[in-house]
Amino acid sequence: MSDTRTHAVNLPQEQAPRDLNIDREDICLTAEDLKLYYGDDQALKGIDIRIPKNRITAFIGPSGCGKSTFLRCFNRMNDLIDVARIEGTIRLDGEDIYGANVDVPELRRRVGMVFQKPNPFPKSIYENVAYGLRLQGVKNRRRLDDVVEKSLRRAALWDEVKDRLHENAFGLSGGQQQRLVIARAIAIDPEVLLLDEPCSALDPLATLKIEELMIELKKDYTLVIVTHNMQQAARVSDYTAFMYMGELIEYADTDTLFTSPANKQTEDYITGRFG
Amino acid sequence: MKHWFQSGTPWIWLNAGAIAASLVMVFGLITMIAVNGLSFFWPSEVIEFEYQPAADSEPRGVMGEIARSETMTAQAAREAGFQVPEGQEIVVRHLIKRGNRDLDSRDFRWYLEDAMSERRTPRDAVVLERLQWGDFFGFIREYREDGETVAEGEAARTAFEQRIRETRDLVQQLERIERVEIGQVNHQMERVRLDRRGLERDTSLPEEQRAQRHQELDEEQAALDAEYAELESERNALREEVARYAIVLETADGQRTTLALSQIVNAWWPNDMSTAAKLRHYVGSFRDFMTGYPREANTEGGILPAIFGTVLMVILMSIVVTPFGVLAAIYLREYAKQGPLVRIIRISVNNLAGVPSIVFGVFGLGFFVYLVGGNIDQLFFQDALPSPTFGSPAIIWASLTLALLTLPVVIVSTEEGLTRIGSSVRHGSLSLGATKAETLWRLIVPLSAPAMMTGLILAVARAAGEVAPLMLVGVVKLAPNLPVDGTFPYLHLDRAFMHLGYHIYDVGFKSPNVEAGRPLVYATALILVLLIVVLNLTAISIRNHLREKYRAESD
Repeated sequence: MSDTRTHAVNLPQEQAPRDLNIDREDICLTAEDLKLYYGDDQALKGIDIRIPKNRITAFIGPSGCGKSTFLRCFNRMNDLIDVARIEGTIRLDGEDIYGANVDVPELRRRVGMVFQKPNPFPKSIYENVAYGLRLQGVKNRRRLDDVVEKSLRRAALWDEVKDRLHENAFGLSGGQQQRLVIARAIAIDPEVLLLDEPCSALDPLATLKIEELMIELKKDYTLVIVTHNMQQAARVSDYTAFMYMGELIEYADTDTLFTSPANKQTEDYITGRFG
Repeated sequence: MKHWFQSGTPWIWLNAGAIAASLVMVFGLITMIAVNGLSFFWPSEVIEFEYQPAADSEPRGVMGEIARSETMTAQAAREAGFQVPEGQEIVVRHLIKRGNRDLDSRDFRWYLEDAMSERRTPRDAVVLERLQWGDFFGFIREYREDGETVAEGEAARTAFEQRIRETRDLVQQLERIERVEIGQVNHQMERVRLDRRGLERDTSLPEEQRAQRHQELDEEQAALDAEYAELESERNALREEVARYAIVLETADGQRTTLALSQIVNAWWPNDMSTAAKLRHYVGSFRDFMTGYPREANTEGGILPAIFGTVLMVILMSIVVTPFGVLAAIYLREYAKQGPLVRIIRISVNNLAGVPSIVFGVFGLGFFVYLVGGNIDQLFFQDALPSPTFGSPAIIWASLTLALLTLPVVIVSTEEGLTRIGSSVRHGSLSLGATKAETLWRLIVPLSAPAMMTGLILAVARAAGEVAPLMLVGVVKLAPNLPVDGTFPYLHLDRAFMHLGYHIYDVGFKSPNVEAGRPLVYATALILVLLIVVLNLTAISIRNHLREKYRAESD
């Protein structure tokens, strides 16, 4: 397995049309031999990965392959599940996030997350975006106003909601809600944004907007996205990891993975023969 | 037929029928209470007639209001002591409210229709509501000042009408002096007395200081004595003034009696009133009922202390039960590790709601009143012992007992509210770097506030109607003082109080005069129902406001 992966990542230069090479990237997140158990079941079976900074990395794979579980390891959301147990290390900018002295809320401020189903709080649009800042104790009205506007603009939502900032967020459409959630996440200026199937509950037009937004956002943030939709992975991501049964089967820059997968399972999956 | 059953129509009818039956019962109940309670204040017509119970007996004049009438068999009437001529099968009898309890032994009496002469409605028949002995029915014959007859007949009525309002004002002034001002002086005297006792028990003080303190207390006592004497003389002067005026009354059967104007609360001539005047009288007596103090073993006067006590107790209970129940529910739902122990606790909490309320009363008496209250007295009010301060039934213990009683309701509905807030919102908050506590207090608790309010609404509804436990821990038949007044500390949690529910029980079942109390029972019941409705509507409007504020998908 290990060979395949090494081979896949260290693809020869000429096979990467977009001239991407992970060895030349700044690495933001790394996982080393990451294993996760739900009670006695092993959900992740020793994963090694390097996720480059200011790039979009996509995790694809059939349902139940562990890609969402893996994503949640990066901001320790799995801690909320009592029976989950983790071995191995994940490093964010070189620091072990499962180390002894890690402040988990602080980690989650640095690694934001967007969930599959839009989950705005039942508050006003303004308060949704300001929530993270208020948590940090920001009370200055002008500062809050600024950050709310900036975040909503970055999430391409400002023009649609600027006249109804103080209305309940549930009045927005699904796509708008998801962009609001993204605005809420980037309002506290994280380093990494984890997106767990962010478009699966949205219609094609809303999906398109989110995808455009992601490409825009990678200038400032490192994005990691879990998706079921292979076209989406191909459209937006720079690197793609294919996972199957809790293992990382192949990891390469997206074009390579989709045009000439090194692994048979990967090829079967992306050509739609299973999954 | 089979098709009809399959169509589901019978179900719809069954369900709709259940709703209809419930509605009929609710409206029937409210209508009955309202009709019986509200009609009491309407000045009904006063009739006069001669009554001759047997052919050989002397006819006697009777005057009063018809309280109710019934038709009965002659046989039953004979058994009830009426003389009914042979051959008659059916008789009609009327219950007449004739008042005049001081002159006749019974103010309600049954009269056979057949033995009554023609009914008259004399225009000069007067009804007097008196401080003592209930209502008077009869005629005003003379008006007297300082024992001298000043006016007679029609003129007496006019003179009386002119004087009565003035006298009422004086009487109210007198009541204020007696109830409030002298009460305050007494309260201060009691404090001085307790200080003195405390000083005697305190042996640590040097002799010199002790003497000085004694002197101070003596001076204070003297000042209070002087103030008391002044108030007393003022009171006596007022008393003399109001005692100057009186009227001579005559009843339907010719008895004459003299009545001081100070004894009269209200006077009206029901047969000589226009509808507008009757309406004014109605509103006035309803207002007096709502704002007055009870008299005559609670069968006369108003129910203000009972309304006040009920509302205050419910408010105190809400203040205690809400934070307590909410915190308990948050711990159970959010922090406690869900397992057998929590499940047992939850079952116990639910079962607590099923414990008969009188059991809570017994617990409140044993634990709150005797144990907690007794120890508070030992620690802080030793000077007043052996007379208890907190160690006797009081509004605080009643509120705490009811808080305990309604705790399960609040816990259960709060838990329900917390459960309803899905994990996606929680995860959203956590992923923004909130700790669990921050998520709870900034998001979850405000969002489940409507559920907490629902719990509180149910608690209020239950607490306001609860009577049994209160009889043990704080409710009394007649509380001389409201739990809130002008003397420090203004809110007297150690006082016993009156309660509408207990008032109903007391007037209806323990009163020496059941017939006189009956309309008051309905009126009080109506007020109790209205009060609960008002308390609930307030809570519901707060909840709806909160819901609007935190409108979520699921609502």
